Amino acid sequence: MSEQETSSATGHSQRPAIAWRNPPLLFELSREGRLGVELPPVGVAESALEELLPESVRRTDLAGLPEVSEVDVIRHFIRLSRRNYTPELSLYPLGSCTMKYNPRLNEEVVRLPGFANSHPLQPISTVQGNLELFWALEQALIQLTGLSRVSLSPAAGAQGEFVGMLMVRAALDKRGEGRRYVLIPDSAHGTNPASAAFAGYQVKELLSNEHGTLDLEDLERAMTEEVAALMLTVPNTLGVFEDQILEIARIVHSKGGLLYCDGANFNAFIGKVRPGDMGVDVLHMNLHKTFTTPHGGGGPGSGPVAVGEELVPFLPAPLVNSGADGFTLDFDRPDSIGRVRSFHGQFGMLVRALAYIVGMGGEGLAKIAENAVLNANYLRKGLEGSYHLPYTTPTLHEVVFTDKRQTASGVTTLDIAKRLMDYGFHPPTIYFPINVSGALMIEPTETAAKEDLDSFVEAMCSIAIEAEEAPELVQGAPYTTPVRRCDEALAARKPVLRWHPPEAADS
Amino acid sequence: MAKMPDPDRGFGHRYLPTGTEDRREMLEAIGAPSVEALFSTLPEEILLREPLPIEGPLSDQELRGYFGRLQAANQVAGRDLISFLGGGAYRHETPAAIDSVTTRSEYLTVYTPYQPEVSQGTLQTIFEFQTFISILTGLPVANASLYEGASAFAEAILMACRVQRKRSKIIVARSIHPHYRQTLATYATNLDLDVVEVGWDESGRVDLEALERELGSDTVCIALQSPNYFGVVEPWDRLSAPAKAAGALTIGVVTEALSLALLQSPGEGGCDIAVGDAHSFGLSVSFGGPLLGFMAVKDAFKRSIPGRLVGQTVDQDGQRAFVLTLATREQHIRREKATSNICTNQALCALAATVYLALHGPQGLADLAQLNLQRTASLRRRIGEFPGFSSRFSQPCFNEFAVRASSPAGGVIAQLEAAGILAGVPLGPDYPELEDTFLVAVTECNPPEELDRLVEELGAL
Repeated sequence: MSEQETSSATGHSQRPAIAWRNPPLLFELSREGRLGVELPPVGVAESALEELLPESVRRTDLAGLPEVSEVDVIRHFIRLSRRNYTPELSLYPLGSCTMKYNPRLNEEVVRLPGFANSHPLQPISTVQGNLELFWALEQALIQLTGLSRVSLSPAAGAQGEFVGMLMVRAALDKRGEGRRYVLIPDSAHGTNPASAAFAGYQVKELLSNEHGTLDLEDLERAMTEEVAALMLTVPNTLGVFEDQILEIARIVHSKGGLLYCDGANFNAFIGKVRPGDMGVDVLHMNLHKTFTTPHGGGGPGSGPVAVGEELVPFLPAPLVNSGADGFTLDFDRPDSIGRVRSFHGQFGMLVRALAYIVGMGGEGLAKIAENAVLNANYLRKGLEGSYHLPYTTPTLHEVVFTDKRQTASGVTTLDIAKRLMDYGFHPPTIYFPINVSGALMIEPTETAAKEDLDSFVEAMCSIAIEAEEAPELVQGAPYTTPVRRCDEALAARKPVLRWHPPEAADS
Repeated sequence: MAKMPDPDRGFGHRYLPTGTEDRREMLEAIGAPSVEALFSTLPEEILLREPLPIEGPLSDQELRGYFGRLQAANQVAGRDLISFLGGGAYRHETPAAIDSVTTRSEYLTVYTPYQPEVSQGTLQTIFEFQTFISILTGLPVANASLYEGASAFAEAILMACRVQRKRSKIIVARSIHPHYRQTLATYATNLDLDVVEVGWDESGRVDLEALERELGSDTVCIALQSPNYFGVVEPWDRLSAPAKAAGALTIGVVTEALSLALLQSPGEGGCDIAVGDAHSFGLSVSFGGPLLGFMAVKDAFKRSIPGRLVGQTVDQDGQRAFVLTLATREQHIRREKATSNICTNQALCALAATVYLALHGPQGLADLAQLNLQRTASLRRRIGEFPGFSSRFSQPCFNEFAVRASSPAGGVIAQLEAAGILAGVPLGPDYPELEDTFLVAVTECNPPEELDRLVEELGAL
């Protein structure tokens, strides 16, 4: 351990343990009589509690809730924050997650009181600013997608997929066609089959060919009149654009099916081509990917869905319309699939997304894709001498390598990922897509600077050398992180899913 | 000396750290003649030749001006008007400490903690959130946040169906938030669920006789809300007992999470699943999103719960550590057989709630809940004293109650709106039989002077 290495001859460590580096749980910090909030007086004539709420409906206690001051709380969360890696340090190249810079200005505007304090059930005459914002965002997304209308309701990409598939189902029902299957390539994100199943469809998997794209003959065979839709991620999770997309759309449409595009990777071609022009009928976008709303440690996301003319009647209610009397909310949509959440969507995320769009402008938005693709190709060039590239097809915004060259010395993708942490990087997405063994899926995004890309390549190449010369070093990584490799089997075998007071833990 | 700026801006943009020099060097390293060449797989015939006609790039100043104008076009509580709106979105004070934590890069811009060694901060905060929700709901397993209450409710019903496979009927109280029930209807569209709704009795609670008529050996679950959509406190065990006797699960819905500080917890009251929205813990109402879904379940259902779970373990040196766990339920492993398609969650909102709950502690939460209760009771009593108005239901309420007017509620609300008061949410649009009734919510954000104003204006009608 480093502490021992730096110990002086006297036996005293040069680097004593720092207590705050291992913050206890909030519940363990609790000391009787500490308080972190000052409340206003009740200010009205009070009644006896028993008169207002009989004892039978009241809770008996709040045992276990911690008693801490505001100072304790701030310290606790600052200490904990130092146990997270953040994209503001350097690369956080999770493939298909688009971990790009989130403009700080957007955090400022979303907190403006007229947005933050607007209530979702206010009369629409009092929220015209919000409705104008919905309208402006929808118009921008229509421009960017080349589709007809956009629902801003879905709470996340996965909910957008679900909404998209429900609309597919509703449209086919309207035609009188009860189709049973949805085609999904093996490289797809796991949410695609889950969303299709949630919409009541059976999933048929399509295998990728040696270029990492769909095989058109396979598609022709699989695409029958029993198939409702093809769900396709463009570019796919290998970063490869389906160069036959127009032909794919033709095949799907020739059998009366619909083309669903998973827009998780929209960042790769935004402003270069439009999904509507590709023949896509329905597309969801992840605002936390392409449109820089913060990932927040896993959310909140936001998953607007854009559709072509045929699907417009089925969009979730409400939609925002613009008229002579200002903006209105349209709930009168008889063919709508209905409501998928409370109120109007992830409004705070929509504010940030629009701020990003107008902060970039039409010209800037096209540069996003250009720089994202430039960065990914630069990384690919830098790494292809050290790592196995399973598909040599041109890649756009992300590139997938594998551990094939390292496994001979016993070093796996997991080891490489963990070792990267010691070099000061977040690992890429690993073991995904599932059709590539030992995948390392790297997406630098357009906001990675060249010098960071260079350091990342240098780190990865050093790890490749370590894997050959000192495999056990890589296998033992990480060494420098707040905790080292975690026993995930134990966590799953004996789940501890909350803190328990010490007495209860004994029993 | 620095060169003068290029009048042709070239590639520079504040959010794009790639200058013309970088671009040239990188293209050279790649061996590509141009950036356009990297897009060779895009179909030529649909390539956009011109930038799309989207406004911008706006400078910071212009952008602030634009959004400043939009937000000023709204009229909001605390600035332009007085509001007693609730109906599933409750306005509460948010301590400054929350934003100071949630805007830190280490929480704000990171993703799902797939790599525990560099994500202990996020993992521990989610574990703490799970503990808070577990304590408040009285159920042992709480997950790491669903999107918001309505979709969380639908997920809870689907979960109940998974654990009660042989049964088919779902009984839902009509006094559950209309959006929650509408969302369930959408989720259930293609899943062949038999959903039956039961009404309420004169006192505002679920109609027990109607419920018992529907309840049988084919019942998957019953679902009720407390305080219900009309603000009425429902004793959980009044319904969970007969449900249990019939072998059905009880789902307790909570849209105003602050009520948990004062009311019997769903777990204590015999609920098997508690679900709802916890935005009251530190989020602004923000036009209804993002909010914060939650779900808590009995231990037996921990492998059926949708979404992410964080568990405690140890690292290889024996130190305590936290990881995502029980992932075999999830879409990235189970694909079409997953318990849910949920992938992203509401982690940042869960963090805000965790900070909020830590700041308040048991004393702060109980005091705040009582403050809400007392102000509400006071207003309810005063409004009930007017000849034209009465409290619609007799049962106890927490911080929201239904007011019956002697004329359609829409007219009353419109008159008060003209006086700068949003008096409440009309019930008529969702419950035609309650055309004359509206909901009034009172929180600590409504100081006594606002209660006086409402009383005065009602008196003047």
